[in-house]
Amino acid sequence: MSAITVRDLHVTRGDRPVVRGVSFVARPGEVLALMGASGSGKTTVLRAIAGLERFSTGAIEMAGLSRGPGPLPRGAALRELHARVGIVFQFHNLFAHLTAAHNVWLAPVHVRGAGRDDAERTARRLLDELGVGPRADARPHELSGGEAQRVAIARALAMNPPLLLLDEPTASLDRERRADLARTVRGLVSGGRTILAATHDADFVRACADRVLLLEDGRITRDGAADSPGATGDRPDD
Amino acid sequence: MGFIIRRMRRAFLVAAIVCGLLSARPDAQADSELRFGGDAEGGAPFMEADPNDPSRVVGFEVDVAALLAAGLGRTPRFVQVGFATLDPAVARGDFDIGLSGLEDLPGRRARLAVTVPYYEFREVLTVRQSDAARLTSLAALGGRRVATLGATLAADILDRARAEYGVVPVIYEDDVHPYSDLAVGRVDAVLLDAVLAERGVSRNPGLVNQPAGMGVGHYIGILALENAALRDRIDGLLRAAMQDGRLEAIFRKWRMWNDDQPRLYARVLANTSSGSQAPDPRTVGADPDPGTTGAGPATTEAAPAPESAAAATIRYLPALLRAAVITLLLSCVSMALAVATGLAIATGRVYGGRTLRVLLTGWVELVRGTPLLLQLFVLYFGLESFVQLPAVAAAVLGLGLNYGAYESEIYRGALEAVPPGQLEAARTLGLSEWQALRLVRGPQAFTLALAPMTNDFVALLKDSSLVSMITVVELTKQTSILAANIGSWFLPGLLCAAMYLAMSLPLARLARRLERRWGRGGHL
Repeated sequence: MSAITVRDLHVTRGDRPVVRGVSFVARPGEVLALMGASGSGKTTVLRAIAGLERFSTGAIEMAGLSRGPGPLPRGAALRELHARVGIVFQFHNLFAHLTAAHNVWLAPVHVRGAGRDDAERTARRLLDELGVGPRADARPHELSGGEAQRVAIARALAMNPPLLLLDEPTASLDRERRADLARTVRGLVSGGRTILAATHDADFVRACADRVLLLEDGRITRDGAADSPGATGDRPDD
Repeated sequence: MGFIIRRMRRAFLVAAIVCGLLSARPDAQADSELRFGGDAEGGAPFMEADPNDPSRVVGFEVDVAALLAAGLGRTPRFVQVGFATLDPAVARGDFDIGLSGLEDLPGRRARLAVTVPYYEFREVLTVRQSDAARLTSLAALGGRRVATLGATLAADILDRARAEYGVVPVIYEDDVHPYSDLAVGRVDAVLLDAVLAERGVSRNPGLVNQPAGMGVGHYIGILALENAALRDRIDGLLRAAMQDGRLEAIFRKWRMWNDDQPRLYARVLANTSSGSQAPDPRTVGADPDPGTTGAGPATTEAAPAPESAAAATIRYLPALLRAAVITLLLSCVSMALAVATGLAIATGRVYGGRTLRVLLTGWVELVRGTPLLLQLFVLYFGLESFVQLPAVAAAVLGLGLNYGAYESEIYRGALEAVPPGQLEAARTLGLSEWQALRLVRGPQAFTLALAPMTNDFVALLKDSSLVSMITVVELTKQTSILAANIGSWFLPGLLCAAMYLAMSLPLARLARRLERRWGRGGHL
């Protein structure tokens, strides 16, 4: 059984093809790294999976939910989709007017109908586990890049999605924090969760990924184990 | 402010007046001209723009001015001034004499040099034909709305009738709309002088004038106190014209001559002292009992000493405070409507389809591109054959819809300023578009909109003075009534300004506090 199956995905922007026939399968509990240079289409693939980008052909299947080309999901379809997949944005996109904890419990309360107290307890526990418990009452503009990212991860995890997408997760972190994040990511998949991370950070990939997909000019040019030679693309020794 | 409103209003009405204003040079050849001030908006028979030559005015007041100018060996020149500001305008020397159906009132006598009375009128109650049998006196009008023109003897009579019978006076800025509003049922009666009443009935079928007079008054000319010498010469000219029939010819020409006038002339000619020393007491305390208001014997009792400006201001203070409350309530309700319509329009423009967006944009441009005053007139007077909005409703609707258009632009800008990344984050958490608006986009947009909104509320508070043009007596209007009463804008103006500040300053403070409280995390 796969956590996600992507088949022949094509995305165009205007006349320009951005993703040109991407296919892959990820298994439950797997950390998959989507690597490639800037503009290779990594982020677009994540956005298509997250329901933020229309695709012109292809199909995406996740835990019994299959989507084809067409308008972006809305209403019940959107909720079904996001019961299966969560995303952590490169720039976090935290809600600027809410505290860190409130960012985390907002969706469980308003989307899942969870009790506010339960949701807040869970939120604080998640923030604790990610090492930002003391920052639970801070506003986003008071957080460092690393803290904001952990809050964003907690926010996505609060909805407990079996598939978590990470877009350039190490971009705002220093070297030490990157190692922390790699450990965190390994911990997240221990319960069977699947992670798909778009990144060009080879260290991070070596530290936590099981498999690497190399994306070049909108196509997957390599699909192999993270520890295989040259798996991280054109910078094998980086 | 009142001056500005009147200027604005003028722009709608008579092009002639613009010409009059342009040619009005206060210091021009004062000795060879007789500058006479009046309000051409008063219309016939007083004065109105000549349809054949809108730069000229015609009317009995114009004829009287010509008569006086000829007697003085000067050329008459018309100076257009709003009716309610004629008194201060003559006092500061904008023109030599005011002739505009000006009534002989005690306050006027105290502050200005007035001529002998040259026309006597009765105050007449006008009602709808269906009410003619019932509403025959002010006593019968208890609890009902009775319209009149501000700063007139009739307004004073109604003010007393308010205390005595519970009549509800409705003060208009002009003498046309009281009658049209009576015809459509907005008021139950009009009390004004017979000249205006005759005109009102002739223009509005279905209205009748009650035969019983409600009081007697006189038209006089007004001059600045320091112009007493000129006033004495003019009194002489008026007396001569009363004797040789020239004044009678003028009033016959304008179909105003009646049996009251020879009796008035006889009294004036019998009393050779000047007008300011010989007030007719019956104009001071017009008796609502018609039995005593005929042509009685003239007396030479002095008018009661006018109270000081400070005393009058203190006496008016409760009325000013009431008016301030009306201004505040009116502004709050209008702002609530503005916020509601602004939110609806902004939401439609940000989330709606193309057709809706085009329609809403058109509406916003229409409302922003036309004067608020025009919108108020259209709502109150323009629509009256379809829907008769009460004045307060028209005021709230006008202010609310007008400011709603401006609010919508603020909200639209604020909504669009919330980073789209946050909306995508909301979406990927499964929040519906409505939830994202309510929980994420709206609260942040609100923080951004708060400062410009407060600014608009303060502006609305002051713009609410425009609704006095549709008979709502709010703070500025009440102040102008007080100012007209005591003949000075100084104290009333200070007091009025203090009251507006007392309302707007705390508002600005509150907004700053809210901004600090809600804006802490609002760095976008």
